[in-house]
Amino acid sequence: MMLRQVFTKPQRIRVFEEALFREIEELGLKSLGIVAFISFFIGGVIALQTALNLDSPFIPKNMIGFAAKRSIILEFAPTFCSIILAGKVGSYIASSIGTMRVTEQIDALEVMGINSLNYLVFPKVIATFFFYPFLIILGMILGIFGGWVAGVLSGLFSGIDYITGIQMDFNPFLITYALVKTVVFAFLIATVPSYHGYYVKGGSLEVGKASTQAVVWTIVSIVIANYFLTQMMLT
Amino acid sequence: MIEVVDIHKGFGGVEILKGISATFEPGKTNLIIGQSGSGKTVFLKSLIGLHTPEKGQIIFDGRESATLKVREKRQLRQEIGMVFQGSALFDSLTVEENILFPLKMFTKQPLDEMIARVNVVLKRVNLENSNPKFPAELSGGMQKRVAIARAIVMNPKYLFCDEPNSGLDPQTAILIDNLIKEITEEYQITTVINTHDMNSVMEIGDKIVFLQEGHKAWEGTSSEIFKTDNKAVVDFVYSSNLFKKVRTAYLSEK
Repeated sequence: MMLRQVFTKPQRIRVFEEALFREIEELGLKSLGIVAFISFFIGGVIALQTALNLDSPFIPKNMIGFAAKRSIILEFAPTFCSIILAGKVGSYIASSIGTMRVTEQIDALEVMGINSLNYLVFPKVIATFFFYPFLIILGMILGIFGGWVAGVLSGLFSGIDYITGIQMDFNPFLITYALVKTVVFAFLIATVPSYHGYYVKGGSLEVGKASTQAVVWTIVSIVIANYFLTQMMLT
Repeated sequence: MIEVVDIHKGFGGVEILKGISATFEPGKTNLIIGQSGSGKTVFLKSLIGLHTPEKGQIIFDGRESATLKVREKRQLRQEIGMVFQGSALFDSLTVEENILFPLKMFTKQPLDEMIARVNVVLKRVNLENSNPKFPAELSGGMQKRVAIARAIVMNPKYLFCDEPNSGLDPQTAILIDNLIKEITEEYQITTVINTHDMNSVMEIGDKIVFLQEGHKAWEGTSSEIFKTDNKAVVDFVYSSNLFKKVRTAYLSEK
C-alpha cells in the first residue's frame, strides 16, 4: 500500500527536483565523511588481520592484498557500509518524517492535496538509489588504500606485494555483485525508516522509539537480504 | 457554503461523531465549541478530509466530497486552507518557502510573480520582511500568522482553523481572531474554527455550534449564546465567574 503511493509520478517535477537535490545532500554528501573514515581504517584492519593470519612461508605475501581486496569488495564495502548508513541515515529519515507526523506537517501536506508519501519518500529512494553506489565504490577504493597504508606502516608486507595481490584474478562480476547489493540495501535504507517515521503515533518519545526501531529493522532487513542475494548471485 | 448532513465517525468500535448536521455560510466565521473529547477535532478533520466519515455527507458548494473523483478531490483540496493548532509550518523551509510551497505545487506562475504574491499575503498578516526567517526563529503568534498566510495564499474558498489562538497571550489571541474575521469577510471565505477560547466565541462567532459527546447540542449566534438557557452551553461557556458576570451584565442591559 505504502510503496504504491510512493512510486507514483511526482505532482510537480520542479518541486521533486528541489527535494531530490536536498536529499542527495542530506543522505549522500553528508555521509561521505563517515564512509571515508570508516572504510580507510577498517580496510587497514582487514589487511593487518589477513597478514597476521596468513603468516606462513608457504603462502605468498601477495595473497594478503588479494584476500583484503576480496573481503572489501564482496562484503565490507557494500554490507558493512550499508549497515553504518542504516544507523546514520535511517535514524535521520525516521526522526525527520516522524517529527513531521507528530507536528501535523504531514496532515498539512495532505490537506493541500499533496501525496505526502510520494513527496517525502520518493526523492529519498531515488537519491539513495543513484548516490549510494558511488559512496560504496569510494568505500572500496579507500578500504583497499587503507590496507596498503597499514601494510607499509607496519612492515608486515610490502606495498609491491599488496598491489600485486590486488591485481591478481580480477573478476568484474564481483563489482556487479557488490553494486546490486548496494542498490537493494539503498532501497531498504530509504523505505524501512520512512515507514517507521510515517506511521508513528504519539509525541516526541514515540518518534525516538520509532527511530531506534527503524535502525534495528533496517539492519535486520539488510542482513537477511545480504544472505539471499549472496546465495542467488554467487552460488 | 459547506453543508454537513448526519455524519458519523468512530475509531476502534467507539463512535465519536453521532450524526452531526450543520451548515456553514460563506463570509461568516463559524465556531465549533465543546469540551475536550466532545468530537470537535474529529469533526474538523472529517470536514477537511483527513478522516473519512462512515456515514453522512459533506457538501462543498454542491460537491459531495465522498463521491468526488481523485482529480476533483485534489481540486477541492486546493480550495481549502487550514491553520493547524501547532501551525504545522515546515521546519526546514523559511517563511517565504513555506508560503511559496502551495504556489509551486499547484500553479505555473513565474517565480517572481509567486514571490510577489507571498509578499502580499505576508503584508496582509503584518509580517513584512520575515521572508528569510525559519519557523524556529518566530514567536508562537508570528508562526500562527505565517500559517494563516500559507492558508490564504491560494485564495481558498474554505478556511479551517484548529484552536488558532491556543497557547497565545490574550493580546496576540485577539489579533489572530480579528485577522481571521477580517480575512473571512474580505475574501468571502467559509471559515470554520475549532476553539476553546470564550473570547473568540464572544468576539468573532457569527455562528456557533456546540458539540457534546458527539452530538450537536446547540447552535446559534454570539448574541444568542448570551440568552440561551441550554444548560450544557451555559455550564460550558459561563463556567468562569468573569463570563457569568459578562452574561449577567449583557442580559441586564437588554
